[in-house]
Amino acid sequence: MNNTEMIRKDHMGFPDINEIRDDFPILNQRVNNKRLVYFDNAATSQTPSQVTESIKQYYDQKNSNIHRGVHTLSNLATTEYENSREIIKRFINAEDNKEIIFTKGTTDGINLVAQSYVLDKLTEGDEIIISAMEHHSNIVPWQMIGERKGAKLKIIPMNNKGELKVEEFEGMINEKTRFVAISHISNALGTVNPVKAIIDTAHKYGIKVLVDGAQSIPHTKIDVRDMDCDFFAFSGHKVYGPTGTGVLYGKEELLEEMKPYQGGGDMIRTVTFDKTIYNELPYKFEAGTPNISGMIGLGKAIRYVKGLGIENIEAYESSLLNYATEMLEEFEGIRLIGKAGKRAGVISFDISGIHPHDIGTILDQEGIAIRTGHHCAQPVMDFFKVPATSRISFACYNTIEEIDIFSIALKKLYEVFK
Amino acid sequence: MSELKELYQEIILDHNKNPRNFGKLEHHTHKAEGYNPMCGDHYSIYLEIKDNKIENVSFEGAGCAISKSSASMMTANLKGRTVEEAKKMFGEFQNMMTSDKPCVKVPEDICKAEPLQGVREFPTRIKCATLIWHTMNNAINGKDNTSTE
Repeated sequence: MNNTEMIRKDHMGFPDINEIRDDFPILNQRVNNKRLVYFDNAATSQTPSQVTESIKQYYDQKNSNIHRGVHTLSNLATTEYENSREIIKRFINAEDNKEIIFTKGTTDGINLVAQSYVLDKLTEGDEIIISAMEHHSNIVPWQMIGERKGAKLKIIPMNNKGELKVEEFEGMINEKTRFVAISHISNALGTVNPVKAIIDTAHKYGIKVLVDGAQSIPHTKIDVRDMDCDFFAFSGHKVYGPTGTGVLYGKEELLEEMKPYQGGGDMIRTVTFDKTIYNELPYKFEAGTPNISGMIGLGKAIRYVKGLGIENIEAYESSLLNYATEMLEEFEGIRLIGKAGKRAGVISFDISGIHPHDIGTILDQEGIAIRTGHHCAQPVMDFFKVPATSRISFACYNTIEEIDIFSIALKKLYEVFK
Repeated sequence: MSELKELYQEIILDHNKNPRNFGKLEHHTHKAEGYNPMCGDHYSIYLEIKDNKIENVSFEGAGCAISKSSASMMTANLKGRTVEEAKKMFGEFQNMMTSDKPCVKVPEDICKAEPLQGVREFPTRIKCATLIWHTMNNAINGKDNTSTE
């Protein structure tokens, strides 16, 4: 029995890996004359045929604008678009479809909350708490509103393993704290943050919390009611859906009190030149014709994940992560960046004397796609005193064999650089 | 592996491991900083220019093998040149890196950079090779910040 079979045996109930891979035609190709090994899933995941076909079918058979026409195609499009909302609501266990706002992606969702919820609450000297391992998209929107109101960021520190010093969080809260925004899983380190404990602590002081779920949505079960987050933002393209799609979950009473983010069509009930009455949730936040085909595709992507079972995906990816971690630890000169006790999806590493860009080019020549750079998390790079790292990240279609191919390619890399 | 060998030739790896003219030049007359925010390549260049002639040149910083060896080779090319020659060489180097011809005749004055021709086969890496040249050009033109993306 080879390694893959052994791991597969551990994950009964999960379909055959070849069946899964057949759903992703992009994987079945050669890059630089080698079989493609796609290890850049934390940047974007690949898209199964079920999703791309639903998009084609939409344009071939149903394309029309939603929420306005009385004609048949408009009804069909509206029904399918709203069906995605229902699928997503159930997937993250939200209470009501009103709480599911369709966005362009995680960044769009975070900016919406910054502009429509937090901005008006800020006065000079106020504080927003984020963590030391945030993606730029969960730093810059807060800095932008902070600059306008004279508010500043406070940063929950982390230790050398890349774990948040959660015990310091409570002490950072004071009467100036207005909001907390925290990533669920770090895209640069793979650390799974104890968001539930952070939310509980913040709520003791009446402070609302946004969770950046860009990296967690494809890897672990999300239950927004159990987590008790006030907002949860994620992107479609990291969970097997199309680019330019995303979701912002918000608790209904908070969304109700917020002003719209953008004005335009679809977000209004009545408009006169004197006054506009806004539409109800969630449409209040969905101005203009949205990415209809994309959101239909995202619904299909979520359905695909549900079909495999998110718990199965999590367990399988965790086996890949452990196998790859052990393999990398055997290489001399490789330092893992981020060794948190609880990690998911991502391994960042540094090889002494070889720059990540050179690693990326050499692996690409072997058909292996990895991410090299600062991963839009420059403060994390500064903390670990590296200009950049190399990162591999897994999805449900990756295999143990691919990790073995990666290991052989690393040996070639060592040969080139001796 | 053949294109890869072309890219990571022995001489490039040697310049990467043992960069020439590496370190800060205390008595510099011109300096500039070059940064590629996409990959984190970050260098400073120091020039000592007297009577329009580059008497001495050095660089410091960190980055990938291509950017570092390019910097090392450039400094070896530049010593003793006039400012005008350096500007001309910058143009020649850019031509060499962006030409679509398989093999370009490399002008004599930038011959030490010839091994970098292999980078042309890797479009995403051309900026690694040209970063230090842009930085040098900015230094002699009195601009002290360079950024390539």
